[in-house]
Amino acid sequence: MDYRTVDLTDHFVELIRCAATQLPQDMRQALHQARGNETAGTAAENALDTILLNVEIAERDSTPICQDTGTPIFEVSYPVGFSTRKLSEQIRRAAAIATEKNYLRPNAVDSISGKNSGDNTGEDFPTIHFHEWEEDGLHVDLLLKGGGCENVSTQYKLPDGGLGAGRDLEGVRRVVLDAVHKAQGQGCGPAVLGIAIGGDRGSGYIKSKQQLFRPLDDENPDPQLAALEQRIYEEANQLGIGPMGFGGSTTVLGVKVAAQHRLPASYFVSVAYMCWANRRASLDVTFDEAGMEVRYA
Amino acid sequence: MPKLTTPISDEAIRSLKAGDTVELSGIIVTGRDAAHKFMIERFIKQPVQPEDEALYAELKKLLDGSMIYHCGPVVKTHEDGSYSFVAAGPTTSSREEVYQSDVIRHFNLKGVIGKGGMGAKTLKACQEQPAVYLHAIGGAASFIAQSVKEVLDVHLLEFGVPEAMWVIRVEDFPAVVTMDSHGESLHAQIEAQSKEKLTALLA
Repeated sequence: MDYRTVDLTDHFVELIRCAATQLPQDMRQALHQARGNETAGTAAENALDTILLNVEIAERDSTPICQDTGTPIFEVSYPVGFSTRKLSEQIRRAAAIATEKNYLRPNAVDSISGKNSGDNTGEDFPTIHFHEWEEDGLHVDLLLKGGGCENVSTQYKLPDGGLGAGRDLEGVRRVVLDAVHKAQGQGCGPAVLGIAIGGDRGSGYIKSKQQLFRPLDDENPDPQLAALEQRIYEEANQLGIGPMGFGGSTTVLGVKVAAQHRLPASYFVSVAYMCWANRRASLDVTFDEAGMEVRYA
Repeated sequence: MPKLTTPISDEAIRSLKAGDTVELSGIIVTGRDAAHKFMIERFIKQPVQPEDEALYAELKKLLDGSMIYHCGPVVKTHEDGSYSFVAAGPTTSSREEVYQSDVIRHFNLKGVIGKGGMGAKTLKACQEQPAVYLHAIGGAASFIAQSVKEVLDVHLLEFGVPEAMWVIRVEDFPAVVTMDSHGESLHAQIEAQSKEKLTALLA
């Protein structure tokens, strides 16, 4: 079939529903494990029980896990010949339909007038990044990133004298631990940290968010970065901030680091703090002569 | 587990200690960034203007002895025009720190509900009032929506669904007291303890 004429709007609506209402399995497992690690009878254990119960209810009732359905961030990998303009239109239409269906809260506010557009569309809203690839099918990753954790996400410019952070991986470790401490319970931990080293202020933030799509149990192909991820994971959990900032043994559930080339003058460390509701979902569309096949994950 | 019902007495508030788990019932009102800015600018900083008098009187009555919930819900509108909450977890409270103490005093609030805790100004207002800060579980929106039994009214809907002031009746709304009326803040404790750990890790 000629995929240039395909309208995927309904599939994008379903993708949004999946992301908003169904927490990925790896996140659930990590939350279960965290729950087992907290001391019985503590506020931390109680918080994780509530979180796990909420995840079940949201899936059962097809209602949002969190009322802040965040900024929808779409990463679209498309084959040669697809119209990104048409895909954008379909995604924006899907966002509006998903809002009507209460999968999304109306979340796009005009920064000048303060008026909520009411349908999750607006200037550069939702966020859509396109990547042409050599595959024949279409792959779409969606992340719903809430405002509470976005507000505690941050960017450091190294060297940072106050933290004794130089332009090396030890400096990265120091500023990331500082970011986790500063966030306390405000970003709805236990968190997943997406970290980008390098880039510019714009590309670093984008790269840091893209790390949040990685499964919790994947292994960083760069051994130095894999070691850094493990070290930050262990040390952040020694801070004792705990679920919701109630105190406890689980402050982060995962740490994912990537590096980008940078200017000689700049050394940024971008930290994307993601709440426990790390709502990601994906869609694969493959085409053959008979038609198309759609799979959600 | 202590149960609170609005309007809440000063004695009930004083009996609560940071760390207690409570269940709240009764009528409360949601309010977040736009609502707090509005209340300060239109009701507290200047005499109430004639066009705002009806809303002011209504809020005075609703909030007296009650609580504000920092929440921007997902709301379903039914065919008959009534509303229900689909998802209704707390939003980050620290953004209201600049406004909260004045709002607590002006409207005789017995507490606020949110997440992430608040700062020294609000803690002081909690001591004087008395009032408490109740921490709901962030992100547990579908679960918390089950304790919102009825949406009674909405004000300032022109601010958009998340920012409007929704008048709701809750039953056994679960929360943790993280700032009490005796000057204790779990947030300040955790902040200080984790700062020590951080300093050791960066030594």
